[in-house]
Amino acid sequence: MTLIIGAFTIGFILSLLALGMLISFRIQRYCDITVDGSITLGAATTAVLLVHGWPPWAATLAACVAGALAGTTTGLLHTKFRVQELLAGILTMTALYSINLRVMGRSNVPLLDVPTLADGPERLLRHLTGGAESVNVAGWAVPTRDLAMLLTVFVAVACIALVLRCFLLTHLGTIIRASGENPQMARAQGADDKRMLVFGLAVSNGLVALAGAMLAQYQGFADVQMGIGMMVWGLASIIIGEALTGKCSPGLAIAGAIMGTILFRLLIAIALRWGLDPNDLKLVTAAFVFAALVLPQWFGSFGRRILGGRHHA
Amino acid sequence: MLEVRSLSKTFFPGTPNEVRALCDVGLTLADGCFAAIIGTNGSGKSTLLNAVAGTFQPDAGTLSLAGHAITGWPEHRRASLVGRVFQNPFAGTAAEMSIAENIVLATRRGQPRGLGFALSRQVRNELADRIRTLKMGLEDRLENPIGTLSGGQRQALTLLMATWLRPKLLLLDEHTAALDPKSAAQVAVLTKEIVTREKLTTLMVTHSMQQAVQLPDRIIMMHRGRIVEDYEGERRSRVRTDDLMHAFDRMRRRDLFDATVASTILPQLGAPHPCQ
Repeated sequence: MTLIIGAFTIGFILSLLALGMLISFRIQRYCDITVDGSITLGAATTAVLLVHGWPPWAATLAACVAGALAGTTTGLLHTKFRVQELLAGILTMTALYSINLRVMGRSNVPLLDVPTLADGPERLLRHLTGGAESVNVAGWAVPTRDLAMLLTVFVAVACIALVLRCFLLTHLGTIIRASGENPQMARAQGADDKRMLVFGLAVSNGLVALAGAMLAQYQGFADVQMGIGMMVWGLASIIIGEALTGKCSPGLAIAGAIMGTILFRLLIAIALRWGLDPNDLKLVTAAFVFAALVLPQWFGSFGRRILGGRHHA
Repeated sequence: MLEVRSLSKTFFPGTPNEVRALCDVGLTLADGCFAAIIGTNGSGKSTLLNAVAGTFQPDAGTLSLAGHAITGWPEHRRASLVGRVFQNPFAGTAAEMSIAENIVLATRRGQPRGLGFALSRQVRNELADRIRTLKMGLEDRLENPIGTLSGGQRQALTLLMATWLRPKLLLLDEHTAALDPKSAAQVAVLTKEIVTREKLTTLMVTHSMQQAVQLPDRIIMMHRGRIVEDYEGERRSRVRTDDLMHAFDRMRRRDLFDATVASTILPQLGAPHPCQ
C-alpha cells in the first residue's frame, strides 16, 4: 500500500512535469531540454527558501517564477539570438547546473524539520481523525503524513490541470496552439509566433519547476543531480498518455498526460518490486521511449498501406 | 489603397547565388481593384507579394497601405490590414485543430485576443452560418480536425478566414496552383464572388493565363524583377490569353538576344562582360 501511495504521490508531482512538457513538446513542437535543469532549479530554490524560513507557499511560488525565467531564457536564446532550438535548451540547462549549485551553496540541501505544503492538510487530517498517526484506507494503515502529501499534490494538480485546460480553450490559448502547429498561419492571423513561443516556454518551465519544488518537499531534500533524465521520464509519460486518450482536444491531452505519468510510476514501482536494478531504470526508460517513438512509425507505414490514411509530416 | 514605391530586393548579395528579385518596382493599386500578377518563374511576382506581406525587409523602397506606412512593420502586425491565402493548401490552417478553432482565430485577425473562451454555442452558430455560404457541407463538421479535409476545402476555408474581417488588402499567392482542376475552378469562382461582393483590394499571383484573363480588373506582368506590362482599363478589357502569351514570347526573345549580345558582340568591342 505504501508503494502504491508513493507511486501515486510521485505520479501526481511528476504529472506537473508532464504537463509542462506537454506545452513545449506537443503544443509548441519545441524540443526543450531546459527541463532537466529547471526541475532542479525549482527544487533548489524551494529548499533554500524553506531552510531560510520562508512559508512553503511562497517558496513554491518563487520556484515557479525561477523556472519561468529559465524557460524565458531558452526562448529568447532561440528567438532573439537565433540559437538552434536544441542548443538553446542545452546552453540554459548547462548554465543552470552551476546556478543550482550557487543557489544551494552545496550539492545537496536536506529539508529536515522545515514546514512544507503538506503541513496544512496534515493538521486538517489529524483534526478529523482525532490526532491519529495513521489512517485506515481499505484495510491498510497509511501514515497520516503520506496521505496528507497525496491529498496536497492531488488538489494542486487538479487545479492546475483545470486552469491549463481552460486557458488552452481561450482566444489566447487557441492562437498559441495554432502558432505551435503552423507558425506561418499564426503570423498571417496577426500573432507574433516568437513571443508566443517564449511565453509558452516560460509557462512550461514554470510548471516543471513547480514539480521540482513539490518533489523536494516530498523527498525531503534537493539534490543537484535530481534533474538528470527527467525529460525522458516526462516524454514517456506523455507518450503513454497519448496512447490512453489520444490528442484530439486539450482537455483529453491533459488528462492523458496525468494518467500516463501515474501509470508510468506504477509500472516502475512494480518493476522495482520485481527486482529491476534501480541503476538500470534510465536505460529501461530510454529504451521504452525509443520503442514508443519508433514502433508507431513502423506500424504506421504498414497501416497506411492497408488503410490508405493520410499522414502529416 | 496600396502604394509600392521603388522597391528593391537582392537575395544573397555578393555571392555567386545573387538574385536581384525586385528592381525598383513601383505600383499603385486603387481601392477595390482586383489585380493579377503574372510572369515567368523567377520573375519576382511572389517576391513582390511577400514584400507586401512582410515576409522579409526590402533593401530599398517604401510600402504604404490604407494610409499606414507599413515598410517597417513586422509580418504579424501587417496581418491587421492584410488577409492572405497561400499556394500550399496546408499553409493557411492548423491541421490538428478543428474547423471551428481555425476559423475562430480568423475572427480576431490582428486584434488583441484576451482570455475569453474562444468558442461558445453562439459563436459556433455564427461560424456555421457563414461557412454555409461555401455550400460544401462543412458547417456540420465544425468539430472535425481541419487536416481531414481535402486541399480544395481547406483552401476555400483559408479564403473565408482571410476575408472574415474585411482586409484592406487581400493577397493570393497562386492559391489554386496546388489543387486539382475541379477544386481550382471552384476556388477561383469563390474568389471572384467574395472579392466582388466585398469590393476587396486584391493582389493575386497566378500561373494560369486563363485565370489572369477571367478574374481580375487589371493584369500586371513581371519579368526579371521589374514590371514590364500593365494592362488597365480599356486595354485590359481587350486583352486575350494569346496577347499574354505573345508578350511572354517577346520577352523570351529579348532575353535570348541580350544573352547573345553579351557573349559574342560585347567582348569584340572590348567591353567588360556584363555579368562580371
